[in-house]
Order: sequence, then C-alpha cells, then structure tokens
Amino acid sequence: MTDLQTKPEGVGFGRVSRKEDARFVRGKGNYLDDIALPNMLYGAVLRSPYAHARIKSIDTAAAQAHPKVKAVITGQILESLNLAWIPSLSHDVIAVLATDKVRYQGQEVAFVIAEDRYSARDALELIDVDYELLPPVVDAKRALDPDAPVIRDDIEGKKDNYIFDWGSGNEEATEAAFKKADIVVEQEMLYPRVHPAPMETCGAIADMDPISGKLTIYCTTQAPHAHRTLYALVAGLPEHKLRVISPDIGGGFGNKVGIYPGYVLAVVGSIVTKRPVKWMEDRSENLMSTSFARDYHMKGKIAATKDGKILGLRVDVLADHGAFNNTAQPSKFPAGFFHVFSGSYDLEAAYCSVRGVYTNKAPGGVAYACSFRVTEAVYAVERMVDRLALELDIDPAELRMKNLLKPEQFPYTSPTGWEYDSGEYPRALELAMKISGYQELRKEQAEKRRRGELMGIGISFFTETVGAGPKKHMDILGLGMADGCEVRVHPTGKAVVRLSVQTQGQGHETTFAQIVSEVTGIPVADVEVVHGDTDNTPFGLGTYGSRSTPVSGAAAAVASKRIVEKAKLIAAAMLECSPDDLEWESGRWHIKGDPTAGKTISEIAFAAHSTQELPQGMEGHLDASCVYDPPNLTFPFGAYICVVDVDPGTGKVTVRRFIAVDDCGPRINPMIVEGQIHGGLADGVGMALMEQIAFDEDGNCLGGSLMDYLLPTALECPSWETGETVTPSPHHPLGLKGVGESATVGSPPAVVNAVLDALKPFGVKHADMPLTPAQVWRAMQGRPMRTDLAIQ
Amino acid sequence: MQVPAPIAYERATSLSNAIELLSRHGPESRIIAGGHSLLPMMKLRLARPEVVIDINDLAELDYIRANSDHLQIGAMVRHASLMNSDIANRYFPIFREAETVIADPIVRNRGTVGGSLCQADPAEDLAAVFAALKASVVITGNNGSRTVPISSFHIGPYMTVVEPDELLTEVIVPLRTHVGSAYEKVERRAGDWGIASVGAMIVLNSGQISEAGIGLAAVRADHFRAVEAESFLLGKQPTADVIAQAALIASENCQPVADQRGPEDYKRHLVKELTTRALNRAIDKAREEGT
Repeated sequence: MTDLQTKPEGVGFGRVSRKEDARFVRGKGNYLDDIALPNMLYGAVLRSPYAHARIKSIDTAAAQAHPKVKAVITGQILESLNLAWIPSLSHDVIAVLATDKVRYQGQEVAFVIAEDRYSARDALELIDVDYELLPPVVDAKRALDPDAPVIRDDIEGKKDNYIFDWGSGNEEATEAAFKKADIVVEQEMLYPRVHPAPMETCGAIADMDPISGKLTIYCTTQAPHAHRTLYALVAGLPEHKLRVISPDIGGGFGNKVGIYPGYVLAVVGSIVTKRPVKWMEDRSENLMSTSFARDYHMKGKIAATKDGKILGLRVDVLADHGAFNNTAQPSKFPAGFFHVFSGSYDLEAAYCSVRGVYTNKAPGGVAYACSFRVTEAVYAVERMVDRLALELDIDPAELRMKNLLKPEQFPYTSPTGWEYDSGEYPRALELAMKISGYQELRKEQAEKRRRGELMGIGISFFTETVGAGPKKHMDILGLGMADGCEVRVHPTGKAVVRLSVQTQGQGHETTFAQIVSEVTGIPVADVEVVHGDTDNTPFGLGTYGSRSTPVSGAAAAVASKRIVEKAKLIAAAMLECSPDDLEWESGRWHIKGDPTAGKTISEIAFAAHSTQELPQGMEGHLDASCVYDPPNLTFPFGAYICVVDVDPGTGKVTVRRFIAVDDCGPRINPMIVEGQIHGGLADGVGMALMEQIAFDEDGNCLGGSLMDYLLPTALECPSWETGETVTPSPHHPLGLKGVGESATVGSPPAVVNAVLDALKPFGVKHADMPLTPAQVWRAMQGRPMRTDLAIQ
Repeated sequence: MQVPAPIAYERATSLSNAIELLSRHGPESRIIAGGHSLLPMMKLRLARPEVVIDINDLAELDYIRANSDHLQIGAMVRHASLMNSDIANRYFPIFREAETVIADPIVRNRGTVGGSLCQADPAEDLAAVFAALKASVVITGNNGSRTVPISSFHIGPYMTVVEPDELLTEVIVPLRTHVGSAYEKVERRAGDWGIASVGAMIVLNSGQISEAGIGLAAVRADHFRAVEAESFLLGKQPTADVIAQAALIASENCQPVADQRGPEDYKRHLVKELTTRALNRAIDKAREEGT
C-alpha cells in the first residue's frame, strides 16, 4: 500500500510544497494577535520585580480610577473565586496571581483590563505594591542547605525546598559493573536553563457569551483539547460549553504546552467584564516567566574496560524546577524520559537518580524540543563517552562504533526498561563519517595542531524517544496519551482529515494530507486538514515530544486504511465481484488480472453517497475514524559530526561544518524533515554557544530580552550537510518515527564535544555550555565558569 | 507587545526648526533619528520622553564629504551609508570594518552616526572609531555652533556634553597621509554589543610612528581612548615587541566590569589581543600607503 514506485504525481509521500505557505509567505497567517473580536478589551499583567518578597499590601485605587480601565484583578479577588492557585501538571500548584508572596522575578501580581493595550500598560504603573524583601534561593546547589529560605511556605508544614527524589535502573548491578571496570571516569556538568523563545509569544483571547454560557478561548496552545479538559477540571467549567481554538501558531517548542496564569486571567477578565479580553505577553514576559527548559546539574560516572568496552553508566541529577513544580510530562515520570540516558550503547548496567528542588526562578521545565528530557539524557551520555575516549586516548568515533548497539539486538531492552523498536546504528555513524571525510579531518586537525591552530571534531550519536505514549505506561493528569483522527471522503472524492494535534509551524497541513494521500491515493491537494479547534476535531493530547507523527500520524494512517478497506467492499458491489478478487493500486481497486476493470476512490466515494446498493449491513458514506493508542514509543536516531575552529587569541568558536545523518524511518516529506533538522541544528548551536538564562545573587533574571538571551543567526550557522538512513518502526502502521526534536536533542553534545576536542592541547576536559568566547578562554586558562550564575 | 508611555510627536522641518523645537519643549524632549536605541528603551519604559522630535526630514545633515584637510560626516548619515561610502573608506577603512560588525542590516539602514554618538552607549563602536581617529564633533544650538574634540564629548555612560537645546550636527575627521586604520571586535553573536572592541589608527613617518590613535569600546576606557598606549607608540618603530607593549598598556588602562558578556580578566585579555591585531593591521595598511 505504501509502494513509492506506483504512485501518480501529487500523491503520497515526497517533496511537496507546504500547503500552508501560500498564506504565510503572503503575510496572511492568522495568529492570535491578528484576531480582533468586537468590543474586545485588553489585559496586562503586573509582575514582580523581586525574586522573593512578601506582599504586604496592594493598592489598586489609582489604576481603577484610570478612565479607560475596566477592572483590576488581584490575588485576593481570585482567592474569593477559588482561582488564585491552580494545579500544576506535576502534583503541585501554581499561583495565578500571587497572594502571599512572590517567588520569582516576573511572577504575576495583578491584572489590569482596559479599553486598549496602551491604557492597560499605563495603568500597571498606577498599582502600588508594598513588598517586604526576602532572601532568595538562586543557587540550586544550595537550595537544600539547612539555612536556605523556604520558598514554598504555602505548602502546609513545608520546611525546606525539596521536591522529589526519583531513580531508575539497577543501582547494585551498576555498582558491580563499576567494581570490575579498568577505568572509571567522572564528570560534573550543567545543562543550563534555556528558553524556547518562540517567535510568537504566548497569549489568549477569552470570549464568554453571557447568553449561551459558552466560553471560547483563542489561545497559543500546542494542545487545545488537553487545555479544554484542564479548564473543565480546574475551573469547574462545563466541558461542552468550552471551545478552545488554536489559530496559526508562531513556534512552540514546548513553550505552548502549559496553561499560563495569563490565560486564566483572560478567562476571568471576560467573565467579569462580559466582553472578550485579549492578553498577549511581550518578549520579556515570555523570556522571564514562561516555561524554561533544562537546568540539570548532572554528575556522570562511566565505567569501561581498558580497551574501551563500556560497562556501566551512572548519572545523578540535581534538577532546578524553579518556584513551582510545573513540568509537563507523563505523571509517573517526574524526570520525563531522562532514564533513557544509557543512550545508544550496549551497557551491562545503568542507574540514574534525580532530585528536584525549588528555587526562586520561573517555574516550568516543560520542554523546548526536548522529548521529555531526552535532550539532557543524550547530552549526559555523549559527554561521558567523549570523556572516556579522552582518558583512554581512543578516537571517539572508534569508541562509539565499538559500543553501539548492533542491528541484531533490536528490539532492544535498555538497562532502565525501554524497548527500543528498531535501529541500525553503525550504518548511520559510518555514513556520517563518510560524508564528513572523518579520517581526512583528523589529519587536517593534526597538521593544524602542529601549527598552533585550534580545530575540533565532535561526534554525537543519539537515540530519541518519542511518540508518547502507550496508555499502559503513561498519562497526563489521568488522561491517556492516545489521539483521535477522523477522515471523511466527500462524494466527489475530495477528503477532509480532522486532527487532535496542532502544528506550530511543522507543516501538519501538508504532511497529514500526505499521510491520507499515501494510503488512499487521493491527491495531496485534495485533502484538507482541520485542526486546532476543539469543536471541530477529535480528542487527543496535542503536539509536543515529537508525538504528532508517531501517534496522530498513526491514527490518520489507520483511519485511511479503514477508508480503503470500506472502499474495497463498495468497489466489489459496484463491479459485482467478490472483494477477494480485487487488487489495490494507488487510489483504485481493480479486478485481479484485469487492471481495466476497476473503480477509483472518487467513483467509490460517489457510489457510497449515491443510490448504489451497498453490501448488506454496510452504512453509506465513506468515513472512518481511529483513536490510536501507540503500542510503544518510537526511537529515531542519528549520528552527528561537528567541525569547529577556535580562535586561540579570543576563544571565539566558529562552527565550520555540521554533518547530520538522521534516521526517522520513512520520510513523509523529506523537505519538511530537512527543515525540521536545520532548525534543530541551529537551535543546538545556539544552546551550545550562546543561549543562557542565568540569575544574579538577588535572583534577577539575566536573560530577559533578546539582547541578553541570544539566539543564533544565519551567520553562526554553517551550511548544514544532511544524510539519511531508513529504519522503519516495526509497530507504526507506516513505519514512521517522528523527527521534530531529533536535531535539538542530538546537536548540542556534538558542538560541545567539538569545542572541547579543539581545546585538547590545553588539557581542557570539560566546560559547561554556553561556550561563549569568555567561557572558552577561561577553559583554556583552566578556570571555566559556572554558567547558571552571574559572571563575576 | 511592549508599548511606550504616552508621548507627543514633532517632526522637524529644518535644523533651525529642530533647535527651536528642542528649546520649546525643554529637557523632557528627545531627538529621534534612526530610533533603534530610543524606541526599544521607550517600549521598555526605560526612556520616557514627553516629546520626541523627529529629524528624519533633515536631509541637510546627510552628507559625507572631504575637503583638503578634513572628512566631514553629517549627523544624519546612516550606518549603511558610512559603511558603503567610498570617500570615507578610501581614507579610513576602519569605517567599513567597524560598520560591518555594528548591529545588523536592519539597524544599519536606519541608525545614524549622530544618534549613535549621542546615545553614548559604553559599548558603542563608532565612539571607539572616532576616538581612534581623533575626530571632533560640531554641536549646534541657538547661539550657533561649537566644535568639541571627541576626547571631551562623552561625560559618562549615556551622557555627552550636548545640552538639551543643542543638536550634534557633524563629525569632523582630520585627514592624514601614510595612515592605516583597522577595527577589531569580539561579540558573542553577530549583532550583539562587543565584549570588547578596539579601533586603531597609525601614521608612519620614515618607518616611525608619528601619530597613533587607539579607541576602545565596552571596557570603560576614559573617553573610549587608550591615551597611555598611544603616547607609548609615538616616535617608535612598530616592532612586534613595541606593539605587544602598547597592547599591554591599553589593557591596563581601562576599567572593564564583569557582565554576562564576560569576566573582567577576559575583557582585559581581549583588549590586549585585539589591540595587537588592530595595530598590526593598521601598520600594514599604513605601510601599503608608502612611507
């Protein structure tokens, strides 16, 4: 059914131009801030300038007296509505508006609703908040000190900043592996706090119809259905009277998974004023208060024989979760999928522990294209393997090749219990080495070292873990992570597919049409994709963790297959033959041995709606649906090689080449896949070299604007060199694996390994990201800096 | 979206009109030209002028010309124009070198020379360039014009000698022969302010340094200048050792402070490294001109 050779032009998988680009390149996208409802009001949030302070009083009289202000909402007012605190996705609560204390700089304190956004902003300055400053907890490593200020005194009996301890793997077996090893290498490393920084910030318009009682929420959400259900659960709003519309989304990267206080405030505002209320955060609000990512202080330990056979791996993590534990991941996994940290290697044993702590920083830790913390896991293992290579003086490519899982080991059960579905790892690494000209690069490097020039070659081999997830293993707040899909073929043979997931720029309107087209033979141009509106789409948990293709894509494939199967029965009735006598070609059933006698899907669709007598018991029309509960996760993988030059005088890093071989199974649209990979690689260069949210000793956020939080530009990116291998997933109906976050997961360790490889002549073993010129120079001096605190 | 506080807006029709508007509206008015510093500060509400006076119609201030002694650059010259000016770069290639690393094309297409100098950001590249070139600025007010050497133009971070009812109208650079100039900057990312930047100008006379200019940005050098290093170079042969000495002196005579761009020791190191590089290239170019 998926034979690529027999499909006509414009059908199925391939390099099809993105359907959505017709509107985007004309500036005709419809983003949240493009929406203006009649009589709409504007909200603005007053935020805390302090990281930790008690609120003694809030005087809103002057703001309320502003001629254009319609309402001022404080935590006290929300308390009376029982909405001052809402549950987080991680067994905690978050404050919508602070009532007792502010716990991070940028926390929401009051909400002003006015006739225009200028007046709303002006009125914020008329609110007088009396704060009593408290000492902040800034350094996660000191959060559990006995004298550390207690951040969460709202939790009854809370006497410290401890959140949780969690572990995975076999600790005893890991210790045993370490005991028999010839060599054990230890390394501490930080995956610093970074921010998703989508081009479009977060926002919502709430529109409560006082007559019907129906609340429509336009929102920058990656998960409209999950949001609707959460609003129903949290606020007690009747779910059938809630409609969440997610319009065009300008990037998400996990930043738009959660429900932010601003969304809830827009809803409250609309209920209070009986008018639509728009809230759209500005850039600094986005960077300072919405969900960050990472912030993992990791202590790695790797054991091996002297000839480089890796035996065991252990990583102990101190996780900085900020002021509220608001990470979004399946309920049973407080560290997400971090325990896939044994990576792509054949180890005897592995164990990880994660300890979560509160600090006076913005809460979150959702994602940022992290596949539920696979990013941190891959960084940990890929740095440890490079550290081992350095100590053993073995080429890092050779060491990886020696330890990579073999194709015959799949399906492979990892030391922490993951079942990797399929993989052909050595082939991918060989291809990356071939594209890069690895041996020649090493020769060039040796020559340059003789001349005192610093060139580095870094490798990363990653195994991604995506497509969350099987109901038997995971849920979010009790909701299973299955996704629905409905396909309807109209009488004239055109089709509509309705999805639960929501694109943020990935091109779902094209790729899901291609999935339906691939299976049914209906041209891609004839398949309309409907998504982002809970009133018009089936339930499902949304787009994040690279799950759309593995979960929703599977639902679309299965529903499409059901269409084809029903079409077969109808075709048999039309052709007055037995269904068993029919043979499928793309878009058409014909009689075996007689390709001239057949019916196209269009003809069959019309018949399904016509007076044609259908087989007994069959209802008319040509529709199908599917709720897909994935039997397992999918495990895309890849081999990345980065080549850098470092200026020995300034420490400035130039990424000269980046070779990315990705295996995500068959590619729906290779052009879109490459686009995803290019974006992820740029992201990786950014994280490795410049992105950082540090905090000074007072808890001030030092990454609160795009002049402080640096995102890479084209000038920092080389011309990406991509390659592909194809290892289908055995359990996905089309063998697809997902690719959205692969490059983000895989690229940072390649860049870091390359820079540290360049610094080898200086005896540098490790330095934390971001490897800014200052950090590289300091590493060369043997004094790398902590990158989570202000530079002293 | 970040929105500024309420403001009034005036659009000046001529230089005299601009000065009249400044006098009328007083110290709470601000000149706006390219707006790429002022508008973001207004949106962040770090700057809250009551009136902005738009001088974008003042084409009379948009010129780059040379007479026999001086290069004259009007205050309304955009960064992009200076970058692409054949006249300016024929005499001083430092302009193109600096401009290519100032911000990004969007900013360079709108931002002006006068605006950059008056904004007086401690990391402003053009301040270091003009310090190296020992330029002067012409400031015009109700009582006519005065000329101020760049070395006494800045009086602190974001502060200059321009009075509230005055306007910077021109920058004057003395022309030299046997001159070479170069600019060096290290930034965390294209478009970022420099971690440290160094501009150098060298005049050679019979193989000896007869004039030296070293401008430093982002490292809190007094008036963006490395005066001690300049003096050290005078009359010396430009040997590697002399250059290294001068670079060391420059790195010791500034007061960089640690921030997220880097710690103090690194910034001092950069001053030394970049001064060496800029001097070497300036000397090479001066030699190319023949001595």
